Amino acid sequence: MKEFKILAVIVALVGITYYGIEPYAHSVMHPEVAAADFTFKDVKNVDTTLAGNVENGKALVEANCIACHAIEAAGHPAVMPNADAAASYGVVPPDLSSAGRIYDTNYLANFIFDPVTAMHLEHKYTPDSGKQFPMPSYNWMTPQEIMDVVAYLKSVAPKVSEDKEGHKATFEAACGRCHNMKYAGIEATTPTDNLKNYMGATPPDLSQYIKSRGEHYLHSFINDPQVLLHGTSMPRVGLSEKAQEEVIEYMEEVGDSKKAERESLGLYVMGYMVVFALFAYLWKRKIWEEVH
Amino acid sequence: MAEFKKANSVGEWFDQRLGVVNFSKVMMSEYWIPKEINFLWAMGMILAVMFKILLISGIFLLMYYKPDVNMAFDSVNYTIMQEVAYGWLFRHVHAVGASVVFLIIYIHMFTGIYYGSYKKGREMIWISGMLLFMLFSAEGFSGYMLPWGQMSYWAAYVITEIFGGIPLIGDELVVWIRGNFYVADATLTRFFMLHVLLIPLAILGAIVFHFYALRFPHVNNESGEFFDYEEEAEKFKAGNKKGSKVIPFWPVFLSKDVFVMGIFLIFFFYLVFFHYGFAMDPINFDKADGLKTPAHIYPEWYFLWSYEVLRGWFFEIAGISGKDLGLMAFGFANAIFLVLPWLDRSPMVKPANQRPYFKYWFWLMIADLMVLTEFGKLPPTGPNAWVGFGASLTFLVLFIALPFITKAEAKKVGGK
Repeated sequence: MKEFKILAVIVALVGITYYGIEPYAHSVMHPEVAAADFTFKDVKNVDTTLAGNVENGKALVEANCIACHAIEAAGHPAVMPNADAAASYGVVPPDLSSAGRIYDTNYLANFIFDPVTAMHLEHKYTPDSGKQFPMPSYNWMTPQEIMDVVAYLKSVAPKVSEDKEGHKATFEAACGRCHNMKYAGIEATTPTDNLKNYMGATPPDLSQYIKSRGEHYLHSFINDPQVLLHGTSMPRVGLSEKAQEEVIEYMEEVGDSKKAERESLGLYVMGYMVVFALFAYLWKRKIWEEVH
Repeated sequence: MAEFKKANSVGEWFDQRLGVVNFSKVMMSEYWIPKEINFLWAMGMILAVMFKILLISGIFLLMYYKPDVNMAFDSVNYTIMQEVAYGWLFRHVHAVGASVVFLIIYIHMFTGIYYGSYKKGREMIWISGMLLFMLFSAEGFSGYMLPWGQMSYWAAYVITEIFGGIPLIGDELVVWIRGNFYVADATLTRFFMLHVLLIPLAILGAIVFHFYALRFPHVNNESGEFFDYEEEAEKFKAGNKKGSKVIPFWPVFLSKDVFVMGIFLIFFFYLVFFHYGFAMDPINFDKADGLKTPAHIYPEWYFLWSYEVLRGWFFEIAGISGKDLGLMAFGFANAIFLVLPWLDRSPMVKPANQRPYFKYWFWLMIADLMVLTEFGKLPPTGPNAWVGFGASLTFLVLFIALPFITKAEAKKVGGK
C-alpha cells in the first residue's frame, strides 16, 4: 500500500510538471486561432449558385487563359519552358488541369474575379508597392461567365487515385511551383532565384513540415497563412478541404514515412513488456516469499 | 607461478584462473542490501539499464550519423529516420531515453535527499552521483546539438554564450569552446567528439566509482536505521532469512529491480512509440539557420529549472547587471547540490517527513523546482518574469537557509 502511495505522489508531481511544460506552455506560445474556413466566405463577388455552362466556359478559357496557362489535361501544353515563364511572370503560372479539382468552387470563382483579395495578399500588392500580381482581375466578366469557366475547369480535371500517387499529384499542383520537397525528390518548378525575387524569401523545403509544424498547424496555415503568420507573402491558395487533406497526407507520407511501422511495432513491444513484467512479478514473489 | 591442478569442470577451470566463485560472491550473492526498501531503491538499476539502452542505440545511430553542418540534419531525418531499417526506432529510443533518463535521475536524486542518504558516511555516494548528474547533463546538451536543427543550433548558441559572462576570460572562452566566433562546423564536430567519446568514457568511470562508493557505507534503508551488516549477513547465511535485515543483491534485490524495470519499460516504450513529442521538439525538425532566430528558445525540460534561475534576474541590482546576477545564481544553483551533505547540519538520517524542520524545506524545494521548470519554458514576459525572479530568489534563499534550519533541527532532536 505504501508503495502505491509513493507512486501516486510521484505520478502527481511529474504529471503537474508535464502538464505545465507541454500542453499548457504550448497553448501559451501558440494560442488557438480561428477555425479553418473551407467555404472562403469572406470573398463573395461571384454568385456561386449559378450553374455554369461547360461549352461556354471552354470558349472563355481558350480566349482568356491559355495565353499564359497550360492545361495539359485539355491538350494545351505550356506556352514556354518553366525558366522562361518564371523570368516573364516572376513565377511559373500554374497548369490549370487540376484547378477544378483542388480549389474550392467559391474561392476559384472569386479568384478569377480578383486574385489578390482572394489570396489575402492586399498587403503585398499595395498601390505604392509598385508590384503587380501577374494575373489580371477578370472582374469585367459576368458572374455567369466566371461560373462557366469554373464549370469547364471542373469538367477537364482528371481524377486521381486515393493513394500516395494521388496525394502527390495534389501536392505538386497545389504547392509544387514554389516549394521543394527534398525527401521526395520534388523541386519547385520555378527556379530558386526567380522565387526568391518574387516571394521576398526562398519558400521553405516541406520535407519535414509535418514534424516541425504538425498537422494541427498545417490545417490552419494552408487554409489561410495570414492567420498564423501575419504579413507572409505566401498566398491563401484556396484548397478545398479534401485537397488540403491530401496535401497533408502526402507531407506525412514523405516526412513521417515510418508511421505505420512505428505504430504497429509499438503495440508488439509494449505487449512483450507487459508479459515480461508479469513474469518478473511472479519471480519476485517467489524469491521474496523466502525473506518476508 | 602458482601450480594449477587439472580442472574437473569448466566452472572450476575459470575459477582457477579468474576466481569467479569469490568474485560472484563479492559482487552478487553476498553483496548485502537492506531489506526495508521500496521501489524507489530500483531507480539505480533502471538508470544502469537506461544507460545501456542509450549506449546501444547510440552505437547504431553512430553508424549513419554525419557530423558535418551540411549533412547532419539529413543524415538524421532522412537517412536514419527513413532509409535505414529501424533507424527511426533507434533514434526514438535514443531521444526519448535521453529525456526519460533525467526523469529517473531526478527521482533517484530526490529519493536520496528525502531519505537523507547523503550523510553520515554516505558523502562520497552523493558526490559521485552528482558527478554523474553533471556528466549526463553535458552528454544531453552535446547530444542535442547533433541533429543540427533550429533548437540544436540556438540552444548551443545561448548556452555557449553563457560562458561569455565569466570575468576577464569570458569572450575568449566562448571562442575557445565553439572553435569559431559563432556556432559552426567546428562546434558541431567537437561536440560530436564529446558526445560519443570523452563524456561516455567519463560516465563509465563515474558509474564504477558510484557503485564502489556504495560498498563501505552500504545502501540506506527506508527508515534510515544503522545496523551491523556483518551480523545481519551472518543471520541470512545461517538460514534466518526472514529475521535478517539484509538481502543479497542476487537474486533477492535484483528480482525486485527487474520487476520495477518491467513496469518502467512498458511506460518507456509507450513514450518511444506513441508519445515522443516532448523529447523531440518540433522546432528541431527545421534545419539550423543562424540567420533565423526561433520565436521561443528553450532548453530541454530537464535544464529548465537552472535556465530559469539564470533568466530570473532581469534587472540591475546595486550596479550589477541582471545578466551577471543571473550568471552568479546559475553557477550557485549548479554547484550547490554537490555540497548538500555539508549544508545539512542535522545528524538525523530519517525520511524527510519524520524530520521536524527538514520536511518543510524538502517540499518547498520540490515545489520551487517545479515552478522554476514551468516558468523556464513560458515566455519571460510580464508577470512571468517576476514569478521567475521570485522562484529563483527562493531557490537561493532555501539553500542559504538550509544549514540554519538543520542546525535548529539538530538542537530540537538533541543529536538523534
